[in-house]
Amino acid sequence: MSDVAVQHGVATGVYEPSLFGTYSKKIGMWLFLLSDSLTFGALLFAYSYGRISTPNWPTPFHSESIRNATLMTAFLLTSSLTMVLAVRAAVFGNAKAQRWWLLATMACGTAFVILHGREWSKLIAEGLSLPMFPAVPGHEAAAEYKNVAETVPQFPATFFGLTGMHMLHVTLGVVYLGIVALRKKFIPILLGLWLVAWLATPAYSPFHYGAHVLLLAAVVAGIVLWLRPKVYDSADVEVAGLYWHFVDLVWMFIFPLVYLMSTRIIRS
Amino acid sequence: MNDATRFALEQRVAEQHRHHGKAQFFWVWGALLVMTGFEVYLGYQNMEPVRMLSILMGLSLLKAGLIIAYFMHMKFEISRMKWLTMSSLLVCLSLMCIFFPDAFRILSLGPR
Repeated sequence: MSDVAVQHGVATGVYEPSLFGTYSKKIGMWLFLLSDSLTFGALLFAYSYGRISTPNWPTPFHSESIRNATLMTAFLLTSSLTMVLAVRAAVFGNAKAQRWWLLATMACGTAFVILHGREWSKLIAEGLSLPMFPAVPGHEAAAEYKNVAETVPQFPATFFGLTGMHMLHVTLGVVYLGIVALRKKFIPILLGLWLVAWLATPAYSPFHYGAHVLLLAAVVAGIVLWLRPKVYDSADVEVAGLYWHFVDLVWMFIFPLVYLMSTRIIRS
Repeated sequence: MNDATRFALEQRVAEQHRHHGKAQFFWVWGALLVMTGFEVYLGYQNMEPVRMLSILMGLSLLKAGLIIAYFMHMKFEISRMKWLTMSSLLVCLSLMCIFFPDAFRILSLGPR
């Protein structure tokens, strides 16, 4: 419809202006984000519902976890800044700066996923786990969590469901930005990352199988780039930025609700 | 210059205008970091849970508002776009609240 309006001076025909004053792919992304916000809304409500209706809700987040989650939040907020600078560079036609800001955003996103993975591994090793996750060999469940999986199954179910869905969104966001920044060159990098993530994680870790998301993403990205190879313009970068900022926005609710409301601060 | 070319140029000028101020992005980023720091500080206080939850959710809404307005550029969209997206989101999320009082009901279930 009005996509021609962002071809920056190249008008191939007469189109009526958009009803919403912007181009259609941006409206499409906004509609997707609205529907996705309902997914996260439902998960956040499920977590809060369980938190209120369960008297023995565990409070597993000690100072170390809070420090870790604060660092994760700082990485995500910084990634939003670098993303908005990438969009700005794209609008002003500075391709080199755009690529570097996108790569910086991806680096922050990757750091977030790694820190989150570390937090998950720590909780699983302590015994706060889902029945579908294999037990960590050589690790005894902490005494305080020994029965949590049986007595308060809502906690691991909602915690891993909510944060897992968010982690998946961040991972796919990094892939999305990688495709926008590097196009075809990103596919071999993605396959390399998949191999590293798959082979470097032990077989009992949920990330051992979770790493296959990267393989799936590489296949889908390969098909998309093969079917419609193109140079991404500033509108594409802005639309990718909308997705990235949404992921950041959701974390602004997860962090206080899940972590700060379940702290266990032990003062010496 | 035909209508489409003029429209394309106007869009281009508007795009550049909305991305003009780099400093505002750094200000928003700083404000978000400060608010996060305050949230963490609250986490270390022995506060009544309901009061703490209210403050934390208030700050989260403020942070979300800043991200949507500045980073997602909603502040620079036309009012029709703002109303369509934000009102539909608000209505859908509010509808979920219908289930919430049920969580309190469960606490008082059982023989008396």
